[in-house]
Amino acid sequence: MRNQEGYCLGIESTADDFGVGIVSFKGEILANVNDTYRPEKGGIHPREAARHHARVAERVIMEALRRSGLKPKELSAIAFSQGPGLGPCLRTGATAARALASYLDIPLIGVNHCVAHIEIGKLISGARDPVTLYVSGGNTIVAAFEAGRYRIFGETLDIAVGNCIDVFAREAGLGLGERQPLGRVVEEKAAKGENFIPLPYTVKGMDLSFSGILTATISLLKSGKYQIEDICFSFQETIFSMLTEVTERALAHTEKKEVLLTGGVGSNNRLKEMLKIMAEEHDATFYSVPKEYALDNGAMIAWVGVLSYKYGLTIPINESFVKLKWRLDDVEIPWVEENYAD
Amino acid sequence: MLIRKGAEASLYLETWHGRKVILKKRLEKKYRIPELDLTVRIQRTKHEPLIIHKAKKAGVPTPIIYMIDIASSTIVMEFVEGNRLKEILDKLSHEERRNLCKRIGVLVGKLHKSGIIHGDLTTSNMILTPEGKIVFIDFGLSEQSFETESRGVDLHLMKRALLSTHFTNAEECFNSIIEGYREVMGGKTEEVLNKIEEIEKRGRYISER
Repeated sequence: MRNQEGYCLGIESTADDFGVGIVSFKGEILANVNDTYRPEKGGIHPREAARHHARVAERVIMEALRRSGLKPKELSAIAFSQGPGLGPCLRTGATAARALASYLDIPLIGVNHCVAHIEIGKLISGARDPVTLYVSGGNTIVAAFEAGRYRIFGETLDIAVGNCIDVFAREAGLGLGERQPLGRVVEEKAAKGENFIPLPYTVKGMDLSFSGILTATISLLKSGKYQIEDICFSFQETIFSMLTEVTERALAHTEKKEVLLTGGVGSNNRLKEMLKIMAEEHDATFYSVPKEYALDNGAMIAWVGVLSYKYGLTIPINESFVKLKWRLDDVEIPWVEENYAD
Repeated sequence: MLIRKGAEASLYLETWHGRKVILKKRLEKKYRIPELDLTVRIQRTKHEPLIIHKAKKAGVPTPIIYMIDIASSTIVMEFVEGNRLKEILDKLSHEERRNLCKRIGVLVGKLHKSGIIHGDLTTSNMILTPEGKIVFIDFGLSEQSFETESRGVDLHLMKRALLSTHFTNAEECFNSIIEGYREVMGGKTEEVLNKIEEIEKRGRYISER
C-alpha cells in the first residue's frame, strides 16, 4: 500500500452531470465543481447530454483546479467514472480523463460509480460499516460490505425509483417551467395530501419492482377522480415503504448497526424519516448525505481514485473501456477491513 | 413463548385449545402509515395460508392452518413435531442422505409444477417428522409463478443454503435434489439448470463462482 502525500482529480459523467472533484490522499476535498445538462423537456437524451459534457469539460476542469489552488503537475492520479451509466456520457468523461492522464503522465483509475456513492457517503457522514440504500434516477440498490465486496442485498427488478418518480411527475405535468428537481415537486405536493389511495406494493423477497406502481399511479391520474396531492402522497408512501422494508430486511440479515441513505432520491425528507424510524427500531444509527455529495459529483470519483491508487489499482489507457452495465458487486474492495470490532 | 423474531414477523409457541401451535404474528411497522401498514399485513396474512393450502393440494406436506386472525395479522398453525433437516442432514449415512435429498427434490418439483415458488428453500424450513414425512414450513416469501427465472432463483437459493450450512455434502446433496426434481419436472429440469448457471454468472453471487 502506497502512503505518500498526493492529490487525485476525479471526473464524473455517468448521466446528466459533468462533475470534477479534487481530493487529497488524506481525504480532504479541495474542489467539487459540477455542471448539469438540462433538457428543454422530457428526460435525459444520452447523446445530447454527452454533447453538453464535451462543451463544459474544459471549463469545469479548470474551475476545479483553480478552486483547489493546485497546479496540474501537482496531481498524482486521474480517476473517472468507468460505469455503470449512459454510453455516450461515460465515453466523454473517459476521453477527458485519458487525455489528462496521458498529458500529465500520471496513472489512470477507472471507478465504479456505485462504489463511489457509498465511499463518499461514508467519508462525509462518518458511517463506518453501513447497510446503504442508494436511490437515484438510474439506481436502486441496497448493499452492505461482506467478504471483500459491497454485496447487493436488494435491487430493482425493472426501473429505478428516481426514474419512476420523474416519469410520474412528467405525466402529471408537475414542475413545468420550474428549476427544481421533479422529486422535490412531488414531495411538496405529497406533504399536502391527506387521503391514502391503495397502490400495488411490490416487494419480492429482497427485490423491488416499480413498473407496476408507475402504471397504476398514472391511471389514477388519468381517471380524474383524485386530487394530485393525494396521488403524490399515496405514491410516495408506497414506494418509500417498499424501500424501507427491503433495507430493514438487509439490516436484520447482516446485523449491522448503521444505515446510510444516499443518491438523489435520498434528499426526500419523508424517506429519511422512515429510514430513521426503522433504524432506531433495530438499535442502528441512521446517516444521510448532504445533497452536494449525495447527487452525482466529481469528488466521489476522486476519493475512490485515492483509495484505489493506494492499492495500486490503476489501469493502462488501452484497457480503459467504459463498462455500461458494471455491477457494484463485481468490484473487489481491498481498502475496507472486514473486522470493524473496536 | 417467543421462539423467533424476524424482520417481518415473530413466531410464538403456544397452546391453543389443547394443541401445541405456532402463532405467526406480522409486526406493525411504524415507518408505514397505518392504512398502508394494515393493508400489507392483511394481504400477506391471507396470502401465506392460501399458498400453504395450494402446496398441500400439490402433494407437499405443510402445517395445518387452524385459524387466521386478520385484525391482529396472526396465523395460528400446527406445530410440526420432528427435527429440522438442518440439524440432522450431516449426521445421516451417505445412502440415507441421498434418499432424503432426492425426496426434497421431488417435493420442490411438485411445488414448481403447480406454480408455487417457495422463496426461502433452506434446510431450516424443512422438518422430518417421526413418521418420516418431510414438511415444508415458512411460506412467508412465497409467490406464484410458472417462470423458469423464478424456479431457477428458488433452487439457486437452496444451493446457496446448502453451501453455507452443509458445506462438505453440499454438492452431493444438490445433485440428489436435482435427481428427485427431474422425476417430477422431466424435460423442464435442463431449462432450470441452465437458468441457475446464468444466475450464478450475473455477478450478484460472485463468491460462489
